[in-house]
Amino acid sequence: MMKRDACLKILGECVAEDEIVVAAYTSAFEWIAIRPNPLNYISSGAMGLTSSHALGFALAWPDRRIILLDGDGSLLMNLGSLVTIAQAAPKNLVHFVCENGTYEANGGHPIPGQGRVNFAGLAREAGYRESHEFNDLNNFKSGISSVLQQEGPVFATLKVAPGKEYPQDYGLMHGEQIRKDFLAAVKGL
Amino acid sequence: MKNTSQDTVQVGLHGANIIQSIKISGIKTIITVPDKTTASGLLRPISVDESFRHVLVCKEDEALGISAGLSYANHRALILIQYTGLLDSLNGIRAVAVEYSMPICMMVGLLGKEPGVPPTESSKFGVRIIEPILDTMGIAHHWIETDDDVGVIVPAINQSYQTSTPVAMLIGRRPIAP
Repeated sequence: MMKRDACLKILGECVAEDEIVVAAYTSAFEWIAIRPNPLNYISSGAMGLTSSHALGFALAWPDRRIILLDGDGSLLMNLGSLVTIAQAAPKNLVHFVCENGTYEANGGHPIPGQGRVNFAGLAREAGYRESHEFNDLNNFKSGISSVLQQEGPVFATLKVAPGKEYPQDYGLMHGEQIRKDFLAAVKGL
Repeated sequence: MKNTSQDTVQVGLHGANIIQSIKISGIKTIITVPDKTTASGLLRPISVDESFRHVLVCKEDEALGISAGLSYANHRALILIQYTGLLDSLNGIRAVAVEYSMPICMMVGLLGKEPGVPPTESSKFGVRIIEPILDTMGIAHHWIETDDDVGVIVPAINQSYQTSTPVAMLIGRRPIAP
């Protein structure tokens, strides 16, 4: 099991400044602290739709890599999006799922299928071009570059546990300003 | 499907007119879940029209996220669904379209609504509640029943994107296939 923030720090070193990162809930809070960037997009308000937002971005900017940091609970709420994304087949989408087995933002209660559901397997069978699973930080560190270089849609499960605590500013997450800032940033693309 | 007497005399709604208006509105992407009301007159011709990118989704609320994502790049999209899908997607509509004020354009088939009958007077409970729900959520909506109503489409979509607000266009009868 990897610490989530340790994974995100490694990923942060591999993501270019001009790439869009779409993140959900706890992963989003940690990501914006670890790797602040105007092209970070926080998806919230309707749990599960992060993957759909990311698909919209991937279709909108087909020549720009879109990194999706999904949660396992979020993906379960929109499991059909795996099929939709595979059907749309965006070459520029890399879909990470931070699997901690819980609805962490909602009290840490277990997800259905905790420890049994195979997200990478679901993505593979849905039709993603590539699918991976990481549960060891050294393997993730050595494998992440090749994952990011693959033609999408690419999926990778990150089996994680919470690391250190990061600020969770829900006012920021749900506020208007964060989307205005993102809109201003993408206008420059 | 047996035509009503109104449809037989072509006092109806032509899919070609709707599609033309969608194109004039600058819509390039159509995101769909099939609806019996619009399946033949709209979805089938749209699905083979190469001027559109057609995105198939498994469930209607996915379309909200996809459409929102596209809108950040100023790509206009239309969501073509059935009213049951709208009802199933209310939380996503609440968050993405209303609270986050995104230009979400929905074209919604009112399956089972009797031709010529206002949606709020339909014998179908699910159809009757659509406009009151949209009113409660503050979402602009338009009832498209005949070709005379098609003129609302272009200004409705333009308004949605200019003001970054959602709009629902309610298709009240089966459009006649091109």
